[in-house]
Amino acid sequence: MDAMFRIWRGDANGGKFVDYKTPVDPGMVVLDAVHRIQATQAPDMAVRWNCKAGKCGSCSAEINGTPKLMCMTRLNSLNLDMPVILEPMHTFPSIRDLVTDVSWNFEVKKKIKPFKPRKPDAPDGTWRMQQADIDRVQEFRKCIECFLCQDVCHVLREHRKFEGFIGPRYFVYAAALEMNPLDTEDRIPELRKQDGIGYCNITTCCRQVCPESITITENAIIPLKERVVDRYFDPLKKIFRIL
Amino acid sequence: MAEYQSYSYDVLVIGAGGAGLRAAIEAASKGVKVGVVCKSLLGKAHTVMAEGGVAAALANVDDRDNWRVHFTDTMRGGQYLNNWRMAELHAKEAPDRVRELEAWGALFDRTKDGRILQRNFGGHRYPRLAHVGDRTGLEMIRTLQDHGIHTGMEVHMECTVLTLLIDSGRIAGAFGYDREKGHFILWKAKAVVLATGGIGRAFKITSNSWEYTGDGHALAYRAGAELKDMEFVQFHPTGMVWPPSVRGILVTEGVRGEGGVLRNSEGKRFMFDDIPDLYKAQTADSEAEGWRYCTGDKNARRPPELLTRDHVARCINREVKAGRGSPHGGVFLDIAWIKQHIPKSEEHIKRKLPSMYHQFKQLADIDITKEPMEVGPTTHYMMGGISVDGDSQMSTLPGLFAAGEVAAGLHGANRLGGNSLSDLIVFGQRAGEYAAQFAKEHPAAAIDESQIQSTAAKALEPFERGPAAENPYAIQYDLQEKMQELVGIVRVESEMEQALEVVAALRERAAHAGIAGHRQYNNGWHTAMDLDQLLTVSEAITRAALLRKESRGAQFRDDYPNKDPEWSKYNIVIRRGSQGEMIVERRPIPPIPTELLKIIEEFK
Repeated sequence: MDAMFRIWRGDANGGKFVDYKTPVDPGMVVLDAVHRIQATQAPDMAVRWNCKAGKCGSCSAEINGTPKLMCMTRLNSLNLDMPVILEPMHTFPSIRDLVTDVSWNFEVKKKIKPFKPRKPDAPDGTWRMQQADIDRVQEFRKCIECFLCQDVCHVLREHRKFEGFIGPRYFVYAAALEMNPLDTEDRIPELRKQDGIGYCNITTCCRQVCPESITITENAIIPLKERVVDRYFDPLKKIFRIL
Repeated sequence: MAEYQSYSYDVLVIGAGGAGLRAAIEAASKGVKVGVVCKSLLGKAHTVMAEGGVAAALANVDDRDNWRVHFTDTMRGGQYLNNWRMAELHAKEAPDRVRELEAWGALFDRTKDGRILQRNFGGHRYPRLAHVGDRTGLEMIRTLQDHGIHTGMEVHMECTVLTLLIDSGRIAGAFGYDREKGHFILWKAKAVVLATGGIGRAFKITSNSWEYTGDGHALAYRAGAELKDMEFVQFHPTGMVWPPSVRGILVTEGVRGEGGVLRNSEGKRFMFDDIPDLYKAQTADSEAEGWRYCTGDKNARRPPELLTRDHVARCINREVKAGRGSPHGGVFLDIAWIKQHIPKSEEHIKRKLPSMYHQFKQLADIDITKEPMEVGPTTHYMMGGISVDGDSQMSTLPGLFAAGEVAAGLHGANRLGGNSLSDLIVFGQRAGEYAAQFAKEHPAAAIDESQIQSTAAKALEPFERGPAAENPYAIQYDLQEKMQELVGIVRVESEMEQALEVVAALRERAAHAGIAGHRQYNNGWHTAMDLDQLLTVSEAITRAALLRKESRGAQFRDDYPNKDPEWSKYNIVIRRGSQGEMIVERRPIPPIPTELLKIIEEFK
């Protein structure tokens, strides 16, 4: 059976969609089809990928308009009567074809205060933690840094707030640090000011595209918003501060 | 004259998986200037794929464990071809390296009393693998990445090294290109750490990502360093077999550690039929005992599914060849059956093996809490690599260090699961420390401009030949197909002789590879550049496998199906001759000190 793929080809100066017809087999994912097209019709087509198992988060793209990993999107989940439309992530600058420049994300991470553990609990320099206390942080640490949540977030995608807003990926990162039972650092002032958590109006778009099913909005962002509000906007505390 | 950008470092680390990042962190902590080159984006290296855990004798779950038992297990697994010094250091230092990860933010699963939990794994006598569900590698690389970015190291993402630069017998730096723009880059360095991982992409069915093209092996070989143990390629017994497009993707050994069993098409647990003498005393003789082991009964022995990987892979291969395989040419791996023993087993499986649940559900429409998986052997790991000094990790080329999968020695003829992640952090740390020391003790080396220019000119040739010439993708596919067929899990002399001819012919074709377009993020060009490395390691694997006329560990020769005691005394080393020919010879293993020998006797 043949299927049609309408793939965006171009670079920072612009580009266009090109149609490729290729045979497809049962069980194939979108990345398989892209590889087949690359090997037989378009050897210089740019695509970023690594593990092909949904673990590295490299092959992020927009498939029929939805941000997804190409390696985890099976063709039988798509309507092959129509061309499958493949585009690079819209939020980040184009490098070439399906590859975008995601370097902004790496710069953002550097600015978030690193992990700072409390003194070890035991004389041998180790800590004691209960599984129940780390369950929620382990959810955040499943993140594969595919940046699909950044891609879909309207604060970045539509409003281009690359200054003054860090995006869902880094709220999850900050939440993992803030909720780590060993951590002693305070990141609440930054979250309020330069990280711009207030810009998030919890539309849950990020959570809906997360390939690791991390409950980004409810488990990471909202609790962080609550911490900011507790610190700065609690009316009782405000009165005490004035007194 | 090709133009290039130039950077200068004390220590250059090539590769940013677990070993590379750990080396870079260590070197940076010694106050030297560190550069890191990675073939992908930071944090995407193959370490993310490691699932089961990191082996360290923490003795948190079973207090009988200690470094001596871990050392003995590693040596037995490696069939005593290991570099014993590395096996010793690894077993001694792994616990500290794991605890250090926790100090840097890693969150391992916990025991009831709040310590790091450890699980059972093939070949390890006691529960030894610290883990995070089945995504331990991701936890490790993220921890190292998030810690490393605050240590001052400079990271060059999506860059590929084409050649190492030499100055009068010592390392001088590296030369390569960045993918984004296709520009050439020179990295001058007083010391270089290779941490480039493995060679899985030389084979068709593999659990490895596209980067695993043997770059470090080939770069070091061409620079004059020695390779060792190249015949030992580990075929992991359980890769996915269906659908075809995911064939080879890893199914963690953790499935078997949690009680998963292997059955053939007749429903029989065939692993009970073939238990090697070396492991008889430690293996369960009934299904009931095997299950008790998986639930933590200290008096039970492990089920035969947890025998070493080489053995399990061959047993699966045998069942399939005998016509007792599953519909798509594998066997059945069943974890769903534990519902007989565990209430709410579905929740239990999803909690213990979340990635596996997800992977099968999404890629194969299989719910592993209800039905068995189909699995078969997949090319997984390279035991062989750059020959290094056990303490410093320096290769035979002064100033060139190697750590992780690209280095040889720790694993001997076969690696135990979990010993790879610990290898990365133990020897990454050591390589970083000694590379920093080397950089402090030596002045900058001179750069040979002619080597740079000839490398650049050669790299650009495929563009001149254009798309009508040989297709680099087709050459790579043909190599993978033939290596799988001729130098795979069961080897025989005539087929390997044939493989050498195939490699020579493909080398000829690779010299005529052509590509379309320009240098900016051109996957066709990248594929053409990787061919040279893949062909070099394929030849090395084949020549070493031909010379070792016996079956041991991961190497199984159909024409020499037994272990030969004579061969237990030798490693095979490979180096480049003065005419560019590949020299393959056997080298006696240095005698093991009596105190280590005593330990092996005691815990055997």
